[in-house]
Amino acid sequence: MAIPIIYNIRSVKARWTSTIVAVAGIAGTVGVFIAMLSLARGFRATLVSSGSADNALITRAGATSEMTSGVSIDSVKIIQDAPGIARGPEGPLLTQEAVLMAPIPLRSTGTDANVELRGVSPNVLAIRSNIQIKEGRMFRPGLSELIVGKNANTTYSGLTLGSTIGLGSVRWQVVGVFDAGGSAFDSEVWGDAHLLNGAYKRPDTLSQSVTVHLTSPAALQQLKDSLTSDPRLNVDVTREIDYYAKQSTRMTTLITTLGGFVAAIMAIGAVFGALNTMYSAVAERGREIATMRALGFGAAAVVLSFSIEALLISFIGGGIGCLAVLPLNGLTTSTMNFQTFSNLAFAFKITPELLVKGIVFALVMGLIGGLLPAVRAARLPVATALREL
Amino acid sequence: MKFRGLIFANLFRKKLRLILTIGSFAVALVLFTFLAVVKSAFSRGTEIAGEDRLVVVSRIGLMQLMPISHRDKILAIPGVKAVTHNHWFGGVYQDEKNFFPQFVIDPENQRQVMTELVVPDDQWNNFVKDRMGAIAGARTAARFHWKIGDRIPIKTTLYGGGSSEFNLDGIYHSERPGGDESQFWLQWKYFDENAPAPVKSTAGWYVVKLNSPDDAVRVAKAIDEKFANSAFETKSETESAFAAYFAKQFGNIELLILTIGGVVFFTLLLVTGNTMAISVRERVGELAVLKAIGFSGRAVLFFVLAESIIIAFVGGVLGLTLAYLLIPVIGIALTGLLPPLILSKTLLTLGLGFALLVGVVSGLLPGIGAMRMRVVNALRRV
Repeated sequence: MAIPIIYNIRSVKARWTSTIVAVAGIAGTVGVFIAMLSLARGFRATLVSSGSADNALITRAGATSEMTSGVSIDSVKIIQDAPGIARGPEGPLLTQEAVLMAPIPLRSTGTDANVELRGVSPNVLAIRSNIQIKEGRMFRPGLSELIVGKNANTTYSGLTLGSTIGLGSVRWQVVGVFDAGGSAFDSEVWGDAHLLNGAYKRPDTLSQSVTVHLTSPAALQQLKDSLTSDPRLNVDVTREIDYYAKQSTRMTTLITTLGGFVAAIMAIGAVFGALNTMYSAVAERGREIATMRALGFGAAAVVLSFSIEALLISFIGGGIGCLAVLPLNGLTTSTMNFQTFSNLAFAFKITPELLVKGIVFALVMGLIGGLLPAVRAARLPVATALREL
Repeated sequence: MKFRGLIFANLFRKKLRLILTIGSFAVALVLFTFLAVVKSAFSRGTEIAGEDRLVVVSRIGLMQLMPISHRDKILAIPGVKAVTHNHWFGGVYQDEKNFFPQFVIDPENQRQVMTELVVPDDQWNNFVKDRMGAIAGARTAARFHWKIGDRIPIKTTLYGGGSSEFNLDGIYHSERPGGDESQFWLQWKYFDENAPAPVKSTAGWYVVKLNSPDDAVRVAKAIDEKFANSAFETKSETESAFAAYFAKQFGNIELLILTIGGVVFFTLLLVTGNTMAISVRERVGELAVLKAIGFSGRAVLFFVLAESIIIAFVGGVLGLTLAYLLIPVIGIALTGLLPPLILSKTLLTLGLGFALLVGVVSGLLPGIGAMRMRVVNALRRV
């Protein structure tokens, strides 16, 4: 027969001081665990959401990022006639892009950070359809105007609507702010590719990458086959979403490894805390347990009861840990991406799945911390324990 | 010591609790050392930078190239001892995960400027003669088990795309502890011959060696003034300022890890301190008996303190030993992502100091209570 659960709830309440210690340990561990994972996820999500499944990025063969790539104007002419590329009213949906880096001071510290400066074709919004102009308007082709991502707009000084900024040899006016749905583009500054190349004295015959809109996500293979088998071209074709997923790997690995290690150490600490609490609970309740055994509850029932109590404590701890980190959700922070050297703003992303993982983690810690004391409780010799004062 | 028996008997009264308390201390210490080591790795660049070196980059942005003709003009500025130029190569060895920085270097001036990165003369001479030669840092060589004479295939967009094989002619070591031993050096001459037109005869950045560190500000200004209003303006700063610029951009991540870790560390210590305090409080009756049979208040304080300090000390030493064993393991997992994790003696001392401090504080509070208590009251309590 099982011992009623109400017994455990009451005894947790009766010993609330030592319970708090165990709960705090578990809550802290779960909090760190979720915070670290949500950081890594947020970073990855920001980059992954930059890519779209029906866009393809064309770079020089072997290039690891747009920074090391280059596609000549002759190649672009061949690419734009390839099969699988969607066509708009003004011809193929293709943007030739130049990617540069400009030091612009951060609002928070006043020190320079590397902002990714992207020269695009004027029809870029038709290709990256998830991007909308939030304030102001699109830049006019041929004019030294810029549009800035919403994070760039708020992170750096001098990128507000209407202000002018010197980049390269040209002064630019900020005419619009765009919303890229929390993707990496939100940290970028866009302008006319030809003018940006000119301002940075780069040959206008070479763009860094070409992004095309596919007729359908499935058309990628067709485009890939056609471009990679063309002897005049030396290019790689990647689905945009895959390209950006790859750009996040190193930072994500760093955060998960560091965070995982910290959480693992803390888990050991929390298990020690739970063990301490549960052992003292067992020690203090020698007579109680013996009485229950004398009343006819079996050893298994006692083990079960104490395990439930430990699980209860860890569940409360896990719940508190989850609640404590919940305000982090959506909080924006920024760091330098290793793979592009540019500064990238991203948000913590706490998903229900992560919260469930956190609770499970807490329960596992509770079980480890509760099982040994529970077994000890069940093994107490009834007669001696009853005689104890 | 006369009371050793008593102190140890008290320590081992509840063996399990003793083990768990020592264990918690050890865990807190492992966490502390780990976080401190990570923090120092994030800001390593600034610590190891040469004081007498400047880094010259293009004013308009990090990835912008400058003409090679800047070199001689910089060299002509008084106070400049030597100038070398570099390019970022950005190739891939086997897989993108195997990242290490690849620099195209100028063999003529490299050793005059980067004096602390040492290559044996015979290896260096082989490298200078070999157009496809390469020199790897000791850390990178060890990571991939390279030895001199190996051919290292690097995928690159240059040299006609595909993969190029370089001959590993030498391995460099850093004379300065904690120096960067992860770079991979390639020949400038071969790079320049094969580079596409816009990259030909350019440099990604210059490193300038000064006659004296005191000249840094003046020379940096002189360089920037020399190229002001030219097509290729420059930005010169000391190597440490340049490294700090990178370190600062990681800022938030580093801060997050440290705040989270810091909070947790102190909570762990508080919890542990609390457990120790509780174990003293449980024994108030016994301590009162000690006083009743004639021990002074100070002696009682001493018993309590000795116990908590021993726990803190053992826990601290255990934690630091664990950290000492664990950190190299985690360092391997982070190769290519962070500079090497280095556990310094100062850090170990600091960690032990922290542990002892918590030991003293958590023993002092109940200890003073025990010293001051009135025997009659304590004995009356059951």
